[in-house]
Amino acid sequence: MSEREIIFARIREGLSIKAHAHYGDGLPTTEEHRGVMPPVGASIEEQLALFAKNASDLKATFKLVKDASELTAELRALRDTEKWQRVATHKSPLAQTHSAALGLATLVADDGYDKHDMEQCDVGISECDALIAQTGTVLVTSRSAGGRALSCLPPHHIVIARREQLVADLPSAFALVKRTYGVSYPSMISFITGPSRTGDIERILVLGAHGPKKLTIFCL
Amino acid sequence: MTVSLFIPCFVDLMYPHVGISMVRIFERLGHKVVVPKTPACCGQPAFNTGYWDESRAIGVPMLEALKDSDAVVIASGSCGAMMSVFYPQLFAGTPHEAAAKSVAAKCHEFSSFLVNKLGVTDLGAKFPHKVTFHDGCHGLRELNNKRPPRELLANVKGLELVEMGAAETCCGFGGTFSAKFPAISTAMGDVKCASALETKADYIISCDSSCLMQIQGLADKQKKEIKTIHLAEVLAQ
Amino acid sequence: MMSAPATHFNEDARRVAPDTRHRGIIQTAMGKYEVVRDQRKLWFQDWQGARNLAARTKFESVNHLDKHLAEFTRTIEARGTKVHWASNAEQARNIILGILSDKQAKVIVKSKAMTSEEIHLNDAMEHAGYEVVESDLGEYIVQLRKEPPYHLVFPAMHLTRGEIKDLFQEKLNDAPSDDPEALTMVARRALRKKYLQADVGITGANFAIAETGMISITENEGNARLTAAVPKTMITLVGIEKILPRLEDLALFLPMLAVMGTGQALTCYNTMYGGPRQLGEADGPEEYHVVLLDNHRTTLLADAEQRDALGCIRCGACLNVCPIFRNVGGHTYGTVYGGPIGSVITPHLRGLQQWKHLSYASSLCGACTETCPVKIDLHHHLLQNRRNASALPTGKPSFFQKLAFKFFAPIANKPALWSLTTKLSRIGMKLRGLVNGSVVDPVQAWTKTRDLPPIAKQSFREWWKEHGK
Repeated sequence: MSEREIIFARIREGLSIKAHAHYGDGLPTTEEHRGVMPPVGASIEEQLALFAKNASDLKATFKLVKDASELTAELRALRDTEKWQRVATHKSPLAQTHSAALGLATLVADDGYDKHDMEQCDVGISECDALIAQTGTVLVTSRSAGGRALSCLPPHHIVIARREQLVADLPSAFALVKRTYGVSYPSMISFITGPSRTGDIERILVLGAHGPKKLTIFCL
Repeated sequence: MTVSLFIPCFVDLMYPHVGISMVRIFERLGHKVVVPKTPACCGQPAFNTGYWDESRAIGVPMLEALKDSDAVVIASGSCGAMMSVFYPQLFAGTPHEAAAKSVAAKCHEFSSFLVNKLGVTDLGAKFPHKVTFHDGCHGLRELNNKRPPRELLANVKGLELVEMGAAETCCGFGGTFSAKFPAISTAMGDVKCASALETKADYIISCDSSCLMQIQGLADKQKKEIKTIHLAEVLAQ
Repeated sequence: MMSAPATHFNEDARRVAPDTRHRGIIQTAMGKYEVVRDQRKLWFQDWQGARNLAARTKFESVNHLDKHLAEFTRTIEARGTKVHWASNAEQARNIILGILSDKQAKVIVKSKAMTSEEIHLNDAMEHAGYEVVESDLGEYIVQLRKEPPYHLVFPAMHLTRGEIKDLFQEKLNDAPSDDPEALTMVARRALRKKYLQADVGITGANFAIAETGMISITENEGNARLTAAVPKTMITLVGIEKILPRLEDLALFLPMLAVMGTGQALTCYNTMYGGPRQLGEADGPEEYHVVLLDNHRTTLLADAEQRDALGCIRCGACLNVCPIFRNVGGHTYGTVYGGPIGSVITPHLRGLQQWKHLSYASSLCGACTETCPVKIDLHHHLLQNRRNASALPTGKPSFFQKLAFKFFAPIANKPALWSLTTKLSRIGMKLRGLVNGSVVDPVQAWTKTRDLPPIAKQSFREWWKEHGK
């Protein structure tokens, strides 16, 4: 017998004695989940406001921008204040064009890159799959956001999202993942909720433990 | 109504006034009190130590003694939990299972009996002191008895209740635990006393004399100005 | 006869419990946690309802573990992940050492994994000559101190910033100040180098999703993200019980874990990994290995009464509310899993005879059960462990216990004997008064730190004889 078969045999033997289901059995429906989870407003405006509030509580920066030129101006302003030298991005309509507009040395993750080069970048600019109002979360995948490292190796992660990517809550976000990728999932799906942080020293909050110290979300 | 009173061993020996207060309160409310010839102990020490056979040796005569009672009032949240929550588990699969369930269903902790069973919240008591309340763990979590004692205290004239931060934190008694792990038990008691002292209350009130024995014992040893008193003694004033 | 772990526990508890400095550090940390945790519980529309749904989901997962594990294996292998099976710690270590050797690895970077503590993986890897670096800040700190983690979620919560500064100065020669931010940046700099050097990244897992074949990792620092992004080989070590049936179950479990674990709405990164780098993806490991670990989880599974304990999501909430944990601290337990959940499961994972003492080291207050997000009946399981321990060949009552229980029963049962006992106790009390609190006091365990009230002049039963006639 293989070790797998041995373990399965032990599991089946153990389960031959039935346990009492004190809290009912069968899996909860999405409606049941929604019934207990934190409330989210019904209208887009309420959800946008909730996302903005959550992002601010999380010490992320969230900005609505009305068009591509305003976004470019915002990015250029950040480039100048933070004195960026190198930028990392990925092949994508929004992130790549806006990165190019910065006129800096640019690493495009999909082209294959050296990890040391990526680490030297001042900023990673990526797109995303969704913004989640309920928790102020940015949903990215290895397919939508230039792989695994782009959104966590450079010290500043900039997300460019479109307004229609806003979803109300976590159940909607998981439904979206299933709808978008159900046939073939990306190898990584990440729910990013604020910049990297730790409380491991005396439970005092410090931003930028290992991942980005800053998270900026631009929403067109 | 005829109220069968069960006075646990340590209350009998060390805190008789808790039982006497309960008798006076029920008689004042016009009920007949009887004290059935039960064992002096509910069997919890053996049960909690894992010796269920030995616990049943006490439980069987207890079930027999209470089988004809209408309502049994227990002068301790902890013993109350033993009889109304744990007896059915202790006797599950034994010939006494049905009897255990039937006795369990009519066992009540004192404050819960007054409020939930008799519908009484005002006993006309007077106790002009600042007090804080300690929730005994068994009463709180096994019997869900958070509200009744507070409703009773709310109607005591002159009494001011100041909740302590650690009201729901265990005092560290825990039966044989207190003697088996005295250092941990004492540390827990210290935390409790510190929280009670912060309220500047004159008295700590509880439904459990065992918890009060731990708190008072610790406070006396450390010469801390804490007085403890059982809820029944307050309500009998 | 006390087992060696029991002796260790008693000695450490006696030393740590009265230590007011330790108590202060833990109380301060827990005070901050309690405030945010309680706010977050209120953020839910129905926290108790959420606990019921979580308990139901875990019941389904654990009670159909065979079905879900088979599905998980099928779905995650379909995207090129290699799944390994380990019945025990030694097998798991050998599987991982085998992968490291195949890959000719030198430097290993790890994110937090209690299962790796459970199988003593770091010792094994270091012994085999690999350089192993823990990347979670708290884990990194305790690794530098050569200590086990103090707490499931807060590995270094017992240390002050000053102690951490001294540690960094000694081990890294880099400690500009005792400011938590400055200290965190020291670790950030040191570990960045390691991510880039590492040949293999090893992670734990919070959940394994059967339906979609994914491992879900919850963290705040981004260290697990980097561990899974940069090295060419990724290994995840996961207990077989971590299964959740569906991807959408995470919609409930991720926020519940965050609320109870750290008092957050959601931790910073919740990431699902389903395989190595896929075609068309920019980066990611070339190989992904998932090691499924039994190591006596099936022993716990076979106990239908306590099977719910396999639903534990390791949030640490039961430790945080436990007055025993808060007074004896995380290291006193001598187990990988401390606090109430550890006291419940360790006897199943490592033997009741050796570990039964943890089930007695509880006042059975039930705060753990009250807080558990998946509604594990923790303190009642401690009672069941005590009952099971009394049935062991060595669990038979000792002479004094017999005295206490066997002879106590007839005394308690017979009013005449009880009455006699009442009178004898008064005499006993007078005699004991002469030695009160000293080493020869028969109840010194109590009276050393606490006074004992006197036996009343008239017991209740004596009073009732007069009053009730």
